[in-house]
Amino acid sequence: MKPPPLLTARRLLMWGGYLALILLAPLLSRSGYWLSLLSQVAIMTVFALSFNMLLGQTGLLSFGHAVYYGLGAMITMHALIAVNQQVVPIPVTLLPLVGGLGGLVFGVLLGYVTTRRAGTTFAMISLGIGEMVAASSLMFPAFSGGEGGLSSNRVIGKGWFGITYGPQIQIYYLIALWGFACVVAMYALAHTPLGRIANAVRDNPERAEFIGYNPQVVRFLMVVLAGFFAGVAGGLTALNYEIVTSESLHAYTSGLVIMMAFVGGVGYFFGPILGALLITVLQMAVSSLTAAWLFYFGLLFLVVVLYAPGGVASVVVEHRRLWHAGVLGRLAPAYLLAALPVLLVGAGVVAVVETVYRLMKEDSARLRVLGFTLDASRGLFWVAVVAAIALGMLLLRKVARTVSDERHRAYATLRQERT
Amino acid sequence: MTAPALRLVDVSKSFGRTEIVRDVNLEVSRGERHAIIGPNGAGKSTLFNLISARFPVSSGRIELNGDDITSLRAFEINRRGLSRSFQITNIFHNLTVFDNVRCALLWSLGYRYSFWRRLSALADAGERADEVIQRIGLRRRRDTLASTLSYAEQRALEIGVTLAGGADVVLLDEPTAGMSRSETEEAVALIRRVSEGKTLVMVEHDMGVVFGLADRISVLVYGRIIATGTPAEIRANPAVQEAYLGTSRAHA
Repeated sequence: MKPPPLLTARRLLMWGGYLALILLAPLLSRSGYWLSLLSQVAIMTVFALSFNMLLGQTGLLSFGHAVYYGLGAMITMHALIAVNQQVVPIPVTLLPLVGGLGGLVFGVLLGYVTTRRAGTTFAMISLGIGEMVAASSLMFPAFSGGEGGLSSNRVIGKGWFGITYGPQIQIYYLIALWGFACVVAMYALAHTPLGRIANAVRDNPERAEFIGYNPQVVRFLMVVLAGFFAGVAGGLTALNYEIVTSESLHAYTSGLVIMMAFVGGVGYFFGPILGALLITVLQMAVSSLTAAWLFYFGLLFLVVVLYAPGGVASVVVEHRRLWHAGVLGRLAPAYLLAALPVLLVGAGVVAVVETVYRLMKEDSARLRVLGFTLDASRGLFWVAVVAAIALGMLLLRKVARTVSDERHRAYATLRQERT
Repeated sequence: MTAPALRLVDVSKSFGRTEIVRDVNLEVSRGERHAIIGPNGAGKSTLFNLISARFPVSSGRIELNGDDITSLRAFEINRRGLSRSFQITNIFHNLTVFDNVRCALLWSLGYRYSFWRRLSALADAGERADEVIQRIGLRRRRDTLASTLSYAEQRALEIGVTLAGGADVVLLDEPTAGMSRSETEEAVALIRRVSEGKTLVMVEHDMGVVFGLADRISVLVYGRIIATGTPAEIRANPAVQEAYLGTSRAHA
């Protein structure tokens, strides 16, 4: 039996397309906002995928994954400072590797403690270690930069061929290419003996022992390798913003990466990529629109966990299957029908959140939207809002049945065609 | 004289004050098919769990091919050539049949914790896995997720995962439990096929299976082995008839 070729047409198309996408995306707009959004998405993609090496592939839920990301960022920053002071001659291009090695070293140190147990114990230990590292980062201001953080300058000397990493577009390409390399590496890793045995340990650690594997070693190696990639992501952040604060290793950042992975879908390799994209876009777009953006984040997380527990990726995969079977079109009317109640409920919730938020923060219950003035101090507003939400809910219940019937019918067709 | 494949010396196990296994002595020579029978709660599964290091022994010594394995961990024992199946199906549910079997092969082929080799390029692992899948009769289900197999198929996969790594001492814990007559017959044929040349120790309730497969039988009652011998000797043993087979003779 000959091994299958490494580069199939399908793979070339997939990876080539992905590479083309990240290389060409900056051409879409010249605005600095667009570039910094793309940079952030590329960094978070690496971070979220490294998290999913633990959760999706090894079955380890870490509440402290930001530790490797934040420490990687800080170590990279120290390296950048040292390069600036001409203490060490590392090209800026390779600095993310320093962050990765930092993440790897801490993966070895902390992973030894965390991976002795799996399940809830692992989750709790990771939470504890996360808190401990975050707390001690302020106790060692020389390392973490204290409250103000660490900062330095990524432009050193004249650079090669005009690449100084001064302009955002240059640092974007550095981030994008490192990001691409990391995504490819993590994908490849998932298809090695260790990657598959990690799945086996996730499914059934006891059985893994009876096929010769020590589950602790498997978990440890995965934590170390995930620490490396999280460290690279941290290193890229350090170069991107030229400042690192201890927030990068706080529970908030750990929570963010959990959200990305969950919303994207932990069951598929590309799930966290979707999650990183979606959450980062929301984070940057929604936070510029409303101060209540964290609330919407929570809401989104809830909706995904309740109604699409497999994340966006599972929804995508499901619909792709239906599309291949040629039955996706049949769902369109039901989906269109569902759009109205979803909009009603959504608009009602947003109106309540926004006006109440204003009332609390600014003592003004007025909110102008599209030429209308919403005033939460008036009874009529509440009647309208409650009516919209109630009506939407009611309709949604009715429509939900139609949608689910249509889906069942589509699946029945799919099954018939298979047999 | 070569050492027996498996040897238990005064092995005991207590949970709290309850003694489940008492001073068990057992020798299984190489290539032998040995069955352990006994009424429910006699400690048969516990005995398996002790041999395979799922539980630590309270006292006594266990030897594999003459080496003391009493204090080793499960994966270390497995690497020395002892493998086991489980009474309750214990496979990797979210992996395909092929990946279940391939995972079970990786250590013995020396790939260990490799994260620099491409799994699909490991021709030997792929070929061996397909051979095993062929032998356990799951070729048509090769790329099916283990969780979606039928019960009998999962039991077959359980045996495949147990044997894939090439262990020469194999413990099978009730391989035919919960199977219909015809499924049991198939399972017995499968066990006979795949255990060729191996040392086999099995716990089994189905007396037809036991007397059909085993070279020697040990009878475990209340954690003690009351008799060991060939099927004919066991049938003729009055103590065994008294303690265990008595009920089935009464029915006959």
